[in-house]
Amino acid sequence: MYTFSNRLRTFSFVLMIVGLIGIAWGFMNAPSTVEEAKEIIASQNSHDTHGTDHEVVPTSHGEEDSHTNVDAHTETTGHEVTTDSHGHADGHDAKHDEHVFHQLQNRPWSALYVAIFFFMMIALGTLAFYAIQHAAQAGWSIVLFRVMEAITAYLVPGTVILFLFLVLSGMHMNHVFAWMNPDLLDPAGDSYDKLLANKSSYLNVPALLIRSAIYIGGWILYRWYARKQTLAQDDAPEGNVHYLKLVKASAAFLVFFLITESMMSWDWIMSIDHHWFSTLFGWYIFAGMIVSAITTIAIITIYLKSRGYLDFVNDSHLHDLAKFMFGFSVFWTYLWFSQFMLIWYANIPEEVTYYVQRFDEYKLPFLGMIALNFILPILILMNSDYKRLPWFIIMAGILVLIGHYIDIYVLITPGSVGSSWSFISPEVIGSALFFLGLFIYIVFTALTKAPLKAKGNPFIKESEQFHY
Amino acid sequence: MSSKVIQAMYNDDDILMSAVKETRAAHHHIEEVFTPFPVHGLDKAMGLEPTKIAITAFMYGLCGLSFAIWMTNYMMIQDWPQNIGGKPSFAWIYNMPAFVPIMFEMTVFFAAHLMVITFYMRSRLWPFKKAENPDPRTTDDMFVMEVSVDGNEKELTSFLKETGAVEIKVTEKH
Repeated sequence: MYTFSNRLRTFSFVLMIVGLIGIAWGFMNAPSTVEEAKEIIASQNSHDTHGTDHEVVPTSHGEEDSHTNVDAHTETTGHEVTTDSHGHADGHDAKHDEHVFHQLQNRPWSALYVAIFFFMMIALGTLAFYAIQHAAQAGWSIVLFRVMEAITAYLVPGTVILFLFLVLSGMHMNHVFAWMNPDLLDPAGDSYDKLLANKSSYLNVPALLIRSAIYIGGWILYRWYARKQTLAQDDAPEGNVHYLKLVKASAAFLVFFLITESMMSWDWIMSIDHHWFSTLFGWYIFAGMIVSAITTIAIITIYLKSRGYLDFVNDSHLHDLAKFMFGFSVFWTYLWFSQFMLIWYANIPEEVTYYVQRFDEYKLPFLGMIALNFILPILILMNSDYKRLPWFIIMAGILVLIGHYIDIYVLITPGSVGSSWSFISPEVIGSALFFLGLFIYIVFTALTKAPLKAKGNPFIKESEQFHY
Repeated sequence: MSSKVIQAMYNDDDILMSAVKETRAAHHHIEEVFTPFPVHGLDKAMGLEPTKIAITAFMYGLCGLSFAIWMTNYMMIQDWPQNIGGKPSFAWIYNMPAFVPIMFEMTVFFAAHLMVITFYMRSRLWPFKKAENPDPRTTDDMFVMEVSVDGNEKELTSFLKETGAVEIKVTEKH
């Protein structure tokens, strides 16, 4: 049995406290009036902290207009947030100020949402990977099952917090999801959004919450059932009743998962840029999810091994995890590029605005995360021998996790915050640290709840003797 | 110069594996092992150096990548400038997304083909070459371990019998 070391527990609490301070700072510094927002922008411009990003701010609309000089644009309200209509030359300044004000108000919320989603995604990806191992009746990975189950324990708090966030958004506490603004659906108003109105039978707040509840309910149900069966199998090794039930449940779950995961990615992320759509978006999110999940499994396994637990995990298991990290990093890049290249080539205005904004306003994180998620993993993890060195896997793993955090940041923030973003800021780092602390606390508490070896699994011998 | 070898025949890969380990433990020099199919872990048991073909593959891949970059730049940008995707930038870097599939394919093409050629050269294989296996049965169901003889023929023969060899032959090595 694993005991949660006091040092790690203290560490997780420190992370949560530091994180809370950062989040609180973010909310306190968010402007509450349009005038305050103007001051913030003015002071940021004079400080010139990250020059180019903020210099763009006052002129960004002019720039966007020239870039996205689009027929579609005249009848839509632009790909960004809320109530500005590009057609009106008069009153553009006031509209623009209010627009920036909403974006600045969104900053702490958006930062929070990135962290909520990222850590939830790790737990969900691990659950999918775990279900694949069961459905395929894999033999090698049994020794890692308890680590995977512990990571999926975060699924319950992670998804519940995410659901609460969606409820708060639905109550207009924030404008992260611009489409929730009822003004856009008012045919008489001057910010009427015809494209959004056409989607509103699917994309409306009650429907979103009902769908989210179904996804979350299904995932938690499988996680609860799997945990129950695998513990029961430990106590009753004769016959493989529980094991076989779990195999069937896992296969059924995977079907459910692949549909709900795809819809989840539209509802929870793609809808932030509500005029834009991509048909492989679900796969793209899945690829990032599974590579982050496998990386987390590897890092926690190596940590536990270094503390003297999991002595039955050998370096062939680590080698296989590192191969998955390598493979899914390439898979992620493949999907990223497939999505990008088709849109870039076709150059259809309503699709390409998504990338224009990212290249104009988010160049460093947008291109930097591709380096972190593709070039570095491929170079670090290519050599077969390096895949067996724990510190190499940890190093590559940390880069991959940071890279995918930035990926989620760049998926969410442009639609909710626009050009006034700042990644190195207390609210973004605070949110990440808070949820990292919570994640560590919940995962390692879950590890103490059951023996670290799933000894009743019929393949446990094969897994212990697994060698490459 | 003539060097004598003993060819010990085995009819099972597990017996062969343990025989290889025993022979190595007894400090006899194994010249070569012939098997009808790849035996997992045999290279480690024989104490062979790990292969360097992975490194060559990486370098061939880099060559392919560089070649693809040069080729796309020459063909599509310099020699006959093309308007790609309705974006007449006429610069390689701005058209790079269109060239990524070519860069990928060239990397794979170079790595794969040059790796095979390297493997043939390293193994001294070429078309119409006569087979080197000492006994045609090693292409069917038998495994042969060649152990070099160093004036200890009798002792070695009885040793190999004990390791489970079904047939033992002493020959000249060509």
